[in-house]
Amino acid sequence: MKFDISTAFKLLALVALACVPLAGADFYTELIAKTLVMAIFAMSLDLLVGFTGLVSFGHAAYFGVAAYAVALLSPKYEAASLWYVLPASVGLAALAALVVGVFVLRTKGIYFIMVTLAFAQMFFYVFHDTPLGGGSDGLYLNVKPTAEIAGFQPFDLDNPTHLYYFILAMLVLVYLFLARVLQSPFGRVLVGIKSNEHRMQSLGYVTFRYKLAAFALAGGLGGVAGFLYSVVFGFVTPELMSWHQSGNVLLMVILGGMGNLVGAVAGAFAFVAMQEVFSMWTKHWQLAMGLMIVAAVLFMPGGLSAVPGRIKRALQGGSAND
Amino acid sequence: MDFASFLIQTLNSLQYGLLLFLVASGLTLVFGIMGIINLAHGSFYMIGAYLAFVLASLTGNLFAAIALGIPLALLFGAFLEWALFSHLYKRDHLEQVLLTYGLILIFEEVRSLLVGDEVHGVDIPAVFSASIQLSDVLSYPVYRLVISAVCIVLAVALYFVIQRTRLGMMIRAGNHDRVMVEALGININMIYRVVFALGVALAALAGMLAAPISSVFPNMGSHVLIISFVIVVIGGIGSVWGALVAALVIGFADTFGKVLVPELSGMVVYLVMAAVLLWRPEGIFKKG
Repeated sequence: MKFDISTAFKLLALVALACVPLAGADFYTELIAKTLVMAIFAMSLDLLVGFTGLVSFGHAAYFGVAAYAVALLSPKYEAASLWYVLPASVGLAALAALVVGVFVLRTKGIYFIMVTLAFAQMFFYVFHDTPLGGGSDGLYLNVKPTAEIAGFQPFDLDNPTHLYYFILAMLVLVYLFLARVLQSPFGRVLVGIKSNEHRMQSLGYVTFRYKLAAFALAGGLGGVAGFLYSVVFGFVTPELMSWHQSGNVLLMVILGGMGNLVGAVAGAFAFVAMQEVFSMWTKHWQLAMGLMIVAAVLFMPGGLSAVPGRIKRALQGGSAND
Repeated sequence: MDFASFLIQTLNSLQYGLLLFLVASGLTLVFGIMGIINLAHGSFYMIGAYLAFVLASLTGNLFAAIALGIPLALLFGAFLEWALFSHLYKRDHLEQVLLTYGLILIFEEVRSLLVGDEVHGVDIPAVFSASIQLSDVLSYPVYRLVISAVCIVLAVALYFVIQRTRLGMMIRAGNHDRVMVEALGININMIYRVVFALGVALAALAGMLAAPISSVFPNMGSHVLIISFVIVVIGGIGSVWGALVAALVIGFADTFGKVLVPELSGMVVYLVMAAVLLWRPEGIFKKG
């Protein structure tokens, strides 16, 4: 890995995040832990939206499937093994995404947005209406999974500090994994599909299979976030799969600038910060959020990530438009 | 299931499907002609229902509320098109999704500020408050039949406007090729404004008609929006005829699904959509 300013910045940010629990402010530690979970979720969606060019409006479904899987797979009053529930819940999320992917990837553009939303809604109803998921009240995860392996316990998820570092480690792992995937030939194909799918097809790639693999992978990684959410909060409700959740994570990706993994993390932080600040002012914080979104689309074509380029051009004396 | 309850469920399916058609027809026209994905379309249904509630409490009459509400909805639609949506035509779908998602948040919060978060009822007009006796124990409310009748009249009118008038000809041409229509000297922006306002008014009217039977509650638009998406996907984008057929299919699937397989009731609609996607990914009535 070549050492440049960008790497230095990332390491600095990581060190800063690692110092958070040392400050001893439990409220902020928990808030940032929650934000890190959303950051993992946003990165997983960025693989689809930012790199493959698939605007999924139903990503919360896989987050929710994994979150429910933890609660359903854990015994009621005992701790389940982390080394079993983590892969199982992530695997189930990926499987759900794989099955849905077979249907939704037959469509493109506007259809794709609507159909991903509709399937996510179907998952919502599965857990909302059937006794499987405890109905609209959801389920409790009474005991957090244990990391014990052969009598040895490397860390304890009941300890908030351990849990925080576990989430931070998962964030780094997911980041490194996605960065590696995107540099692989598979990742290059995905980026190629985003810029010109027809050309990739004429080069002989069966783009459907690549998109399906990306959809299942993104679902699985979204499942990692869902798993962590379930462990942090100790309960799950169908609201986790609601389309507001899908919309919010899409906002995070766009806030941070699509096609940029660090951007997705920054977007998650920006979103949670906005949510906290606005909700301090008024209980109608969604009004401020909505107005900001509308203004951003109208006055900032290309999103936040296009702003530096526009400023640069303006400074160079060119037109700030376009 | 005996004949009387079968008849009731059939009438319910028709009424639900036709009401959904009012919402979905506007949505599919806006998709097809303007190429815009509008997540806020369900909010227009919600706004219509609240308009009915507020205006009916002021005037004491649902008919007066509807007569006042439709022009308001048309104006509101034309205003939104002018202020916001006309800036979206050349943007990508993602930005359209964002802006309209932001609009939903705004509409819901403004609704909460103005009317509050309680569930409200709207009285059925006294003329239609009767029920038709079908058997000793079963009866059917006249008001639901009235809704179906109004929807059928509107569907026929919509068909007539689109197929038989000059405006409809321009709308169909705009659906087909925007640049060509402009080259022929037709003001396509005016067509867009009319279509959008019409779509808003149809969705709002659906909300007004439904207000007495479903009552009026927060977020009532989001369920209708997603079902309308399903209808547009099944019917094919831009096809009003497809939207009608798909809306009736969904009306029957949902209503009979609730009776026959209550455990799966929420899912039936989406299973129908999945089947259609396997069979015809671009909808049953995909145009050209």
